[in-house]
Amino acid sequence: MSISVEANKGELAPEEQKRLKADLHRSLRRNKIRASMLVAPLVIFIIVTFVAPIGNMLYRSVDDPLVSDFMPQTTAALEGWDEQQLPDEAIYAALAQDIIEGRKAKTIGKAAKRLNYEKSGMRSLIMGTSRKHKKIQAPYKESLVDIKKGWGDLDNWKVIKRLGASVTASYYINAFDMETSPEGEVSFVDPKEQIYLKLFWRTIWMSMLITGMTVLLGYPVSYLLASLPMKTANVLMILVLLPFWTSLLVRTSSWIAMLQAQGILNDLLVWFGIIADEARIQMIYNAIGTVVAMTHILLPFMILPLYSVMKTVPPSYLRAARSLGATPWTAFWQVYLPQTVPGISAGAILVFILSIGYYITPALVGGQSGQFIGNLIAYHMQGSLNWGLAAALGVMLLVLVLGIYGVYNRVVGTNSVKLG
Amino acid sequence: MAVPSYAGPLERTWYYTFRFLCAAIFIFLIAPILVIVPLSFNAEPYFSFTQGMLTLDPDAYSLRWYEEFLTSDRWLESIKNSVIIAFFSTILSAALGTLAALGLNRSELPFKGVIMGLLISPMIVPLIIAAAGMFFFYSKLGIAQSYIGLILAHTALGTPFVVITVTATLSGFDHTLIKAGASLGATPTYTFFKVTMPLIMTGVISGALFAMMTSFDEVIVAIFIAGVEQRTIPLQMWSGIREQISPTILAVATILITFSIIMLSTVEILRRRSDRIRGIS
Repeated sequence: MSISVEANKGELAPEEQKRLKADLHRSLRRNKIRASMLVAPLVIFIIVTFVAPIGNMLYRSVDDPLVSDFMPQTTAALEGWDEQQLPDEAIYAALAQDIIEGRKAKTIGKAAKRLNYEKSGMRSLIMGTSRKHKKIQAPYKESLVDIKKGWGDLDNWKVIKRLGASVTASYYINAFDMETSPEGEVSFVDPKEQIYLKLFWRTIWMSMLITGMTVLLGYPVSYLLASLPMKTANVLMILVLLPFWTSLLVRTSSWIAMLQAQGILNDLLVWFGIIADEARIQMIYNAIGTVVAMTHILLPFMILPLYSVMKTVPPSYLRAARSLGATPWTAFWQVYLPQTVPGISAGAILVFILSIGYYITPALVGGQSGQFIGNLIAYHMQGSLNWGLAAALGVMLLVLVLGIYGVYNRVVGTNSVKLG
Repeated sequence: MAVPSYAGPLERTWYYTFRFLCAAIFIFLIAPILVIVPLSFNAEPYFSFTQGMLTLDPDAYSLRWYEEFLTSDRWLESIKNSVIIAFFSTILSAALGTLAALGLNRSELPFKGVIMGLLISPMIVPLIIAAAGMFFFYSKLGIAQSYIGLILAHTALGTPFVVITVTATLSGFDHTLIKAGASLGATPTYTFFKVTMPLIMTGVISGALFAMMTSFDEVIVAIFIAGVEQRTIPLQMWSGIREQISPTILAVATILITFSIIMLSTVEILRRRSDRIRGIS
């Protein structure tokens, strides 16, 4: 359109030109608005139902209102405290008020529980004091220390002051296997006591193993499918697509049936006399179970992109290499493989991203040694109810996945995501 | 891919080894599905083949687990819930996803990359994170433990599939057809329903089927935000596998496998039809 305006320039009056330009702009803008209107409903929907919940979790991982909400007077009074020596009588009085009121409202337990995540013993200190609330009297300092010696401990006060701030890094400190000393210094815990970092490494390591397995198993199959005539390939493709379409839970439960001690694989091994009946191999409820089942579940995600890339490699290249004197191995290694690298990387990153966030399969067949970081997030969501820590771990996992996805986008591009 | 006539013995051996290897991998892919079907007819409450089953004794086979499935209130309730939730979330995903794909296909749309990334995100973000976030947020809104909450969540998870399949169908779409319709006096709405819709229908339906399967198979979000009233089939299976493992689960699994075969065939037929219309094959 702009070209025709340019071409007619000489014949049009200036005001005419201006009008045309304005018209063009208006029509372009209208098209832009129309296109945006089509996308808007879904964009809004995804933001409200999907992005906002995740953003809320992000907030929850640093939000820590329990202590400041349920011990308001103490936290307010502690603001001016210098942390050098035990607080003065006024602060003890505020604490006594908070405990007595919190006991009536049945909220003091929540603050106590939160404090206990940070320093064990805090819960019994507060709950013990609250149980003996009748003994609390002025002068409060003396009477509180009398009820529980812990109130004479400077460190306990520091913990209360630190958690009194409503924004906290403590969940992240926890999630990175670090601890805060009473002096407020952050350091890594003893490597033997590491939980989360260890689990992160294990998740990454096992995901890499699973990705490697899918490359190893997916490559030959994709090559076969790509080189067979279309008709045969389509029939064999069903063997790839059927598992792909089958419920995750169905596949996981059938791996239980296959791998358990009284399962089919062990039965076969015993029947063939390879192992003795009492020496059945433990193949499930451990890391092996997770790797086998997840390799099976994720294999189609490797085969499909690999296959579509291999389809585009002309078979004549291999023949040409051979006719020029290359051995089969050289022809494959120097000519074929380099051309399939985009497929390998697309499939590998896809499998890795999917694998790293897995929860269901490790939970059902992983036992102790086959757990992923997702399982721990679920545990803190439902078991220990330490939601802040669950949120912090979730955010760490999310950052990891989005980082890898960014790489994926660079390598493959979103537009080439295809299904089936 | 036959052995070329000039191949030496080494190459011949490799060729057959390779075939054997591929056969083994195909067996690995399909074995879990093949194993589950006969096991679901087991007369004993075990997850393994009994002596009688191996000797094909008819008494070793029975339909008792199917009977248990079809007479159990909990399972029937879960079927009802799954159907309700999948139905509404599929329709919602299909409608929202198709609209968005139509917009994404227009060259005038600003920030296309960002929008595409946002719309695809439910497919990328690990489900456990989405589920945890939804649990907090939906509880705050008061729609956790309700059908609406689950339907909205499943819709969000299903839309990327619709967006992707419809965008793919539209990539081969001839835009002069719309202009032709307009020049012949049709209103935009009329052109949409008479020209655009029939051409992208295959993409819409296969996207919708993907969305439906997603909802039908989704368990993580359900674990977090479904109440007792909203137990879906996967949720029931999940607790079944964790608590008392009974072959009823295998019967359900077999039914689900049959279901996925139907789905797979439908999607495949649609894909071929769409390729034919767009003149790809």
